[in-house]
Amino acid sequence: MTEPCYITASCQITPGKVVKDGALLMENENIAPISYLQWLYEQKGYNYPKFYKMDGLSRLGWLAAECLLEGSFDKNRYAPEQVGLICCNRNSSLDTDTRYYDTVKTIPSPALFVYTLPNIVLGEICIRHQFRGENDFFIFERFEPVFLQAYVQQLMQENVFEACICGWLEFLGEAYQACLYLVEKPASKNSVPFTTATIQTIYENTHG
Amino acid sequence: MSDLKAQIVAQLNLQHVKPEDIGDDMPLFAEGLGLDSIDALELIVLLQQEYKLKLNNAEEGPKVFRTVRTMAEYIKSHQA
Amino acid sequence: MYSSNAAVYVGGLGVVTAIGNNKAECLASLEAGKAGIAGITLLDTIHKNTLPVAEVKLSNQELERRTGLRAHTSRTALLSVLAAREALEDAGISSASEWRMGFISANSVGGMDKTENFFPGFLANANSGHLRSVVNHECGAVTEIAADALRIQHFVSTISTACSSGANSIFFGARMIRHGLLDIAVAGGTDALTKFTLNGFNTLQILDKEWCMPFDEERRGLNLGEGAGYVVLMSEKVMQSLGKQPYCKLTGWANANDAHHQTASSPEGAGSFAAMKGALDMSGLAAADISYINLHGTGTQNNDISEGTAIQRLFSAPYPLMSSTKSFTGHTLGASGGVEAVFSALSVQQNLVYPNLRLHTPIQALPFAATTEFSRAHTVHHVLSNSFGFGGNCSSLIFSKS
Repeated sequence: MTEPCYITASCQITPGKVVKDGALLMENENIAPISYLQWLYEQKGYNYPKFYKMDGLSRLGWLAAECLLEGSFDKNRYAPEQVGLICCNRNSSLDTDTRYYDTVKTIPSPALFVYTLPNIVLGEICIRHQFRGENDFFIFERFEPVFLQAYVQQLMQENVFEACICGWLEFLGEAYQACLYLVEKPASKNSVPFTTATIQTIYENTHG
Repeated sequence: MSDLKAQIVAQLNLQHVKPEDIGDDMPLFAEGLGLDSIDALELIVLLQQEYKLKLNNAEEGPKVFRTVRTMAEYIKSHQA
Repeated sequence: MYSSNAAVYVGGLGVVTAIGNNKAECLASLEAGKAGIAGITLLDTIHKNTLPVAEVKLSNQELERRTGLRAHTSRTALLSVLAAREALEDAGISSASEWRMGFISANSVGGMDKTENFFPGFLANANSGHLRSVVNHECGAVTEIAADALRIQHFVSTISTACSSGANSIFFGARMIRHGLLDIAVAGGTDALTKFTLNGFNTLQILDKEWCMPFDEERRGLNLGEGAGYVVLMSEKVMQSLGKQPYCKLTGWANANDAHHQTASSPEGAGSFAAMKGALDMSGLAAADISYINLHGTGTQNNDISEGTAIQRLFSAPYPLMSSTKSFTGHTLGASGGVEAVFSALSVQQNLVYPNLRLHTPIQALPFAATTEFSRAHTVHHVLSNSFGFGGNCSSLIFSKS
């Protein structure tokens, strides 16, 4: 018997736009894609100075997780090890790899080197929210809703975690896309069933 | 020392801090400015880039990077 | 389909590291106490004479010849094919078998070695260099090249979670088998030495300028290594039809996040404790059941005290035997979980305990010391293998007698 799971929140960030639970949350089209993330951070009034030190992929994932969880997640419901993260992308940490590699010619930068792995963004989200559950980062040619649904559903079923932040986190140059889902077992007011179809619909809705 | 403060802010991406907010004797790590181990490594890069100084002995780090004043003193005493 | 306690067997092993080009050679070095660490010969770098590394003793040309892969293939892929093919042959599986077979491989540098050779020329003149060198840069491309060479098509996946990714690939493969999605999973990791990682770890000031001394009070850091290691995991059905004796079973695994810092481990080893405990819980074992721990044991101040503290919290005297085989192979990053899984499986099968080389003064804050003797004298029932990575990603695997 498959126990159903629900998408209790979703958040999509693309250059200039944040879509939360299917609705446009913040938009600014008069800003360079690369500056948009910092603009968003400042607009939201976050106070997390480490944000400024993060690379593009971590800034993107960190902001997407903030917007995803805000008003949608009751932290007290779960022990730290019950919240897991399963993310994937296409280009790993290539954006920062090349930036770091440019510094090797002169003095290699330790602050850039630490971000030359795709799973560091998961670590940043875990540090921020003190999540200690299972983390995994997969590299795929393209977004794979079938895999994501099947894998996360199984791990929920096996009680590897009780809540999961999962999705796509891709960052390369001017192009980026974060699409995160909060998956939980109990349904909530605006939740939708965690199915391949709902995952795909949310992923395609970058405009709200 | 104000040049050094500006360099620290730039090198470490401390966009939430104004150089003048850093006190000469304010601890740079932990309860002071709150820098971490990666920042310490970036400060070594800063010394190398801006002052051509190489901190060879890693154990010197905590002493040299205690405050802006100790950093400035280190730079002054090691520059030819 | 899914059975939470269905057996997952280890039916084949393949490995290449600085101490050997296959498992027989690696075992001989482990028994002889012969480390593979030496000066840099294969990389063109300013650190040539200052930083010892653990290089695989085969040139790219030799690897191309042995694997039959074409020239200009990334070394990461060459090492991967060499080790994975050994594992498949060892398991007695031909690529044309009717089983649903998957290839799950980890790496952290991808085809960076080729990109490095490409960039200097490219930056000087954008028309120079072959684009072929960079198209394989991303981590996923390395896995695809290897899967093609191995003719594995049913399922191919790349995991990239730093130094724990080899271990993560292995338990991902085991899950696929338990869920009935695969019959056979070739799982592990590969990474080649690159200037990228050498310079990067050097900026973090965690490289030892001498040979590393894991779990020693006077440890100074790690030596980077390279290699690949794969296990062939299989279901009960496959095992029976092959009619062979497996090496062991994979009975437990867990992954947890340390949630402390991008690169440093928490002082109390929160993540490593949770990973070890989770793996024990899954296998239904008590800490006292573990015969040998293959430590993550990089040789950095931070890792070893954090890992040791977590072991101290989870285990009690008499502590299990333990050692870091990184004192032989260096730290092979994305490959290390795979390489050490191979060593762990051999340990369970043949009752081997490997020595921790160059241990002079055990860490004083810990109530136990790593073992310094190669031994066949202990019955090894269960081995715990630890792999922890940047990003706080901590994994533990448990291999048990079958």
